[in-house]
Amino acid sequence: MDSILIQILNGLDKGAAYALIALGLTLVFGTLGIVNFAHGAIFMLGAFCAVTFRKLLTLSVKVKDESVTMFAAYKDEPYLKIWFGDTGEAIIDYAVPLSILIAIPFMVLVGYAMERGLIRHFYKRAHADQILVTFGLAIVVQELIKASFGANPIPQAAPDIVAGSANVGLWFGLGESLVYPWWRLIYLCFSGVMIFAVFSFLQFTTYGMVVRAGMRDRETVGLLGINIQRRFTIVFAIAAVVAGTAGVMYTPILPPDYHMGMDFLVLSFVVVVVGGMGSLGGAVTAGFLLGIVQSFASMNEVKSIIPGIDQIIIYLVAVVILLTLPRGLMGRAGVMDD
Amino acid sequence: MKQRFLNDTNLLLVFSAAILLMPIWLSPLGAAYPDLLQKFAIYGIFAIGFNILFGLTGYLSFGHAAFLGVGSYAAVWSFKLFTMNVVPAVFFGVIFAGLLAFLIGYISLRRSGIYFSILTLAFAQMSYNLAYSVLTPITNGETGLQLTINDPRWIDSMYITVEEGLPSTNLFGLKMSGYPGFYFCAILLIVCFFISLRIFRSPFGLMLRGIKSNQNRMNYTGLNTKPYMLSAFVISGMFAGLAGSLLAVTDPLAGAERMQWTASGEVVLMTILGGVGTLIGPMLGAGLIKYFENIFSSFNKNLLHEVFSFLPDGVEDVVVQVVSLFVGGGWHLTLGLLFMIVVIFLPGGIVEGFQKFGGVFGYGKNKNSDSSPQNQAAE
Amino acid sequence: MSDFSKLNRRQALKLGAAGAATIGATPLFFSRNAWAETFANDPGNKASVTLGFNVPQTGAYSDEGADELRAYKLAVKHLNGEGDGGMMNTFKPSSLKGNGILGKKVTFTTGDTQTKSDAARASAKRMIEKDGALMITGGSSSGVAVAVQGMCQEAGIIFMAGLTHSNDTTGKDKRRYGFRHFFNAYMSGAALGPVLEKEIGNDRRAYHLTADYTWGWTQEQSMRAFTEGSDNVDGMDGIKGIGWENVAHVKTPVGAGDFSQYITPVLNSGADVLVLNHYGKDMINSLTQAIQFGLRDKQVNGKNFEIVVPLFSRLMAQGAGENIKGILGSTNWNWSLKDAGSQAFVKAFGAEYGFPPSMAAHTCYCQTLLYANACEMAGTFYPPEVIKALEGFSFDGMGNGATEYRAADHQCFKDVLVVRGNQNPSSQFDLLEVVQTTPRSQVEYDPKIFGGELGPYKV
Repeated sequence: MDSILIQILNGLDKGAAYALIALGLTLVFGTLGIVNFAHGAIFMLGAFCAVTFRKLLTLSVKVKDESVTMFAAYKDEPYLKIWFGDTGEAIIDYAVPLSILIAIPFMVLVGYAMERGLIRHFYKRAHADQILVTFGLAIVVQELIKASFGANPIPQAAPDIVAGSANVGLWFGLGESLVYPWWRLIYLCFSGVMIFAVFSFLQFTTYGMVVRAGMRDRETVGLLGINIQRRFTIVFAIAAVVAGTAGVMYTPILPPDYHMGMDFLVLSFVVVVVGGMGSLGGAVTAGFLLGIVQSFASMNEVKSIIPGIDQIIIYLVAVVILLTLPRGLMGRAGVMDD
Repeated sequence: MKQRFLNDTNLLLVFSAAILLMPIWLSPLGAAYPDLLQKFAIYGIFAIGFNILFGLTGYLSFGHAAFLGVGSYAAVWSFKLFTMNVVPAVFFGVIFAGLLAFLIGYISLRRSGIYFSILTLAFAQMSYNLAYSVLTPITNGETGLQLTINDPRWIDSMYITVEEGLPSTNLFGLKMSGYPGFYFCAILLIVCFFISLRIFRSPFGLMLRGIKSNQNRMNYTGLNTKPYMLSAFVISGMFAGLAGSLLAVTDPLAGAERMQWTASGEVVLMTILGGVGTLIGPMLGAGLIKYFENIFSSFNKNLLHEVFSFLPDGVEDVVVQVVSLFVGGGWHLTLGLLFMIVVIFLPGGIVEGFQKFGGVFGYGKNKNSDSSPQNQAAE
Repeated sequence: MSDFSKLNRRQALKLGAAGAATIGATPLFFSRNAWAETFANDPGNKASVTLGFNVPQTGAYSDEGADELRAYKLAVKHLNGEGDGGMMNTFKPSSLKGNGILGKKVTFTTGDTQTKSDAARASAKRMIEKDGALMITGGSSSGVAVAVQGMCQEAGIIFMAGLTHSNDTTGKDKRRYGFRHFFNAYMSGAALGPVLEKEIGNDRRAYHLTADYTWGWTQEQSMRAFTEGSDNVDGMDGIKGIGWENVAHVKTPVGAGDFSQYITPVLNSGADVLVLNHYGKDMINSLTQAIQFGLRDKQVNGKNFEIVVPLFSRLMAQGAGENIKGILGSTNWNWSLKDAGSQAFVKAFGAEYGFPPSMAAHTCYCQTLLYANACEMAGTFYPPEVIKALEGFSFDGMGNGATEYRAADHQCFKDVLVVRGNQNPSSQFDLLEVVQTTPRSQVEYDPKIFGGELGPYKV
């Protein structure tokens, strides 16, 4: 029983990661109609906000290690620690959550620059052109990151206070054996908040209503005298922020490297399409669904019946869903189905 | 219509000459060695085949690498089980890829647009993941399927006395490595180009274009478009299988990563880079990407220092420092920039770009331009 | 169709000319490949020889590849008599003279394997066909090593493998033209077994997570044989083990990223050891996550829960950060070794680049020197003679004590290091501490157990 519950938690956690990436992607892909292969790179840029922020916080006096004579071996003494003592150390400890604060403005800037500088000129171009230009952009961004940070993953620790595991079982009276890392629970909550925020913005604000109208029929909204172009820029920036902050929060789980975006890219496209084009709810549902299904397929009991099922389960489920439901879980008619 | 210089006959002749003479005109570019020339021809076939589907019907398959991989595996198994002669290997490669394409196409073509793309992607990724792990007895997994001395080679063992060491692939005795291998691939490329040309000009091709511009309308006229789509898909899958088997012919190894989504993505990029729906474009794209992969990646700082040695020392160091970002390990960066530059300045790919800037390639003016404005979802 | 029937005279002439040019040019190309009576890429009277350094420059292992390339460049310098000579001063018995190889200056060409068999072979072929490379070396995965090794055998070019740890490279896929300096999964298991017994006892229950491809399988097989005994393990015989029990052995997809669904079942499985048969990014991720799930602080069956990572490298240790502390594993070489050969190499490398070399760099440096030395011993570049010089060659002064290239399978035998993630690193490079050096005699095995055939000398 516990093993089932814990796999559900794993699935939710995985699903949260998929859903967050897919949420941003479906904003630009399912609604603005841009096949954005650079979305993974945005996710990765977010993660490297955390890396850079920690680097800045830990700018250090290099204390030379005298025992090593052949090259400059040193031990770090961060300035923050020297100047502020324990407070400084505490700030460094909280580097990951704090870097959200710089990630948000930075991602807004990235999204804004991308939309204004590049994507805007591709709304009316063929999908083929969109693929090529965004893929090119993704490679360029990746390579720049690789050139400045190297290809090896860079570990990012969660704050000490949440480094351990929570006794989830006790909360629900299920015994002591059901434990789960704090940071993963935080990630789950964080993605819930993000998803809720994006939904509320689009559903309950006038601004969001206009955006939704513009997605349906850009021309008519334009005729009403609304600058829909500007709103699309903002949608793009929101998508970048969602993906970027997801990247920041994911770093303690997965040490970031320059290629992490590409690793998630294909999967996030699958999630968006299984959810159905043009549907935010669909993307989120599909994310959680695929996450949970994948967790269960990885259990030894399942694998011993069908070897290798965990390798293909996501794609298998995608095929089944797309064959039974023509437009995925909640797809809208007319969005990219021809 | 006025007879243009580049009518189909001339086009084919010029094309054949250009392909067969590649060892000469590519040598100033440092690309005239057998392996890369073979790769040009093979990936040219792959891209031409992909273009029959994507260029004509507009259906974007993101899983064509599966057919490439199956073609390779079938060919290597033919070498292992039957004979080192390449004819059966190519035959099996094409047939098995065709069968798989029929299967995947039959299922995936029930959907269109992005849903179709993701279905093909899903099938290819499943093939890749299984080939890498569970199917290792057939595929030899990560290491890749290779020939061994102890392979049965039933047909060969009946006629040919066993020599020491591994036999090499051959066309009735002519070894298929090095330049003969290239000419073998080149001739098949020309044949494939001819087939593609005929398909583009045929009623079948017109039908496919009709599907691209408006499938619903085609259906309304009482026409069942599915058989046409499926034929295009299978033909294009067989081209991929041919390319895959040729990879095994020139170098008898089949690795699982040939089926990964990055390989599927590569042929998509090749086609778009050169020009979707143009005859020559996909080949150009394939050549360009393979050139970057093999030549740009091989430049290192020592080489750059030699190249720029005419500059004053200080300047030389700076130039080498900057240039080295884009070559060697940085060849991906150059490729990414190339993609962006091409698509921004030459909309619709290299060939379409050329056409716009003065019609260097006079043919294909009547073709369905892919850079036409996209229909927005607005109903 | 009308287009095809209208072949006018002018066009026909053009066609003829083009055809003639092709036919005229063809024999030239055929003859270029005809290495009659000589051998591939014979340098002949040229003043220099070219070596091909084929390393991952893009993809997940590109940092490792960059380090390999640094080592190769250093080796070339030393062979040409530049710099302080590094290990050339400690390597015995040496025929190296510091004037290149057989009096010819050493030059090199580089390429990108992308850690893909296809790309690696294409790159190696370019080196052979275009740049005339006489020897190919490098790489950072067993798949690539086996693929390139097979190709080199066909081409008649010697291949000195870089980082490759699978038993297959010198086992079922061994080749006459391929040599490996790196140790393998079997040797990791053999070295770790006794140390694990000493460090964490023999009453243990182990849970294996294994990367689902050939290297992972051979690693799991070896680790299980040397801890549980070979009776329950396919493909292994006559190994006693240290009395461990197996709780489960689970295969995980390569590049899974998030391993939580494989780690959580470990928590309540009753296992008190987790063996991670992962490498590179997979290992960094699974280890980081396993520790996040509290495995390191757990008590099971009244014992501290332990994690073992059979194959370590410094770059992986860097990627795993704090999580590596106290984790046991094995490694081919570490820069902190105190013998004269290691010291000389670290000094030369440090002087050149400002930081210590990784184990991949060490392997690649040694491979280059050993190839050069074999050519000097043979007095020729003719591969069959060079191979014979390398086969059964015993030497010392290259870091791991007395070392031998075994003739039967071209595997190098030397002492194996068992290491532990350093609890209190004194510097940013001081990530691994050597727990024990397992002597060569303990990791040796009968070459027959893995099958395979070397193939002919002459191709």
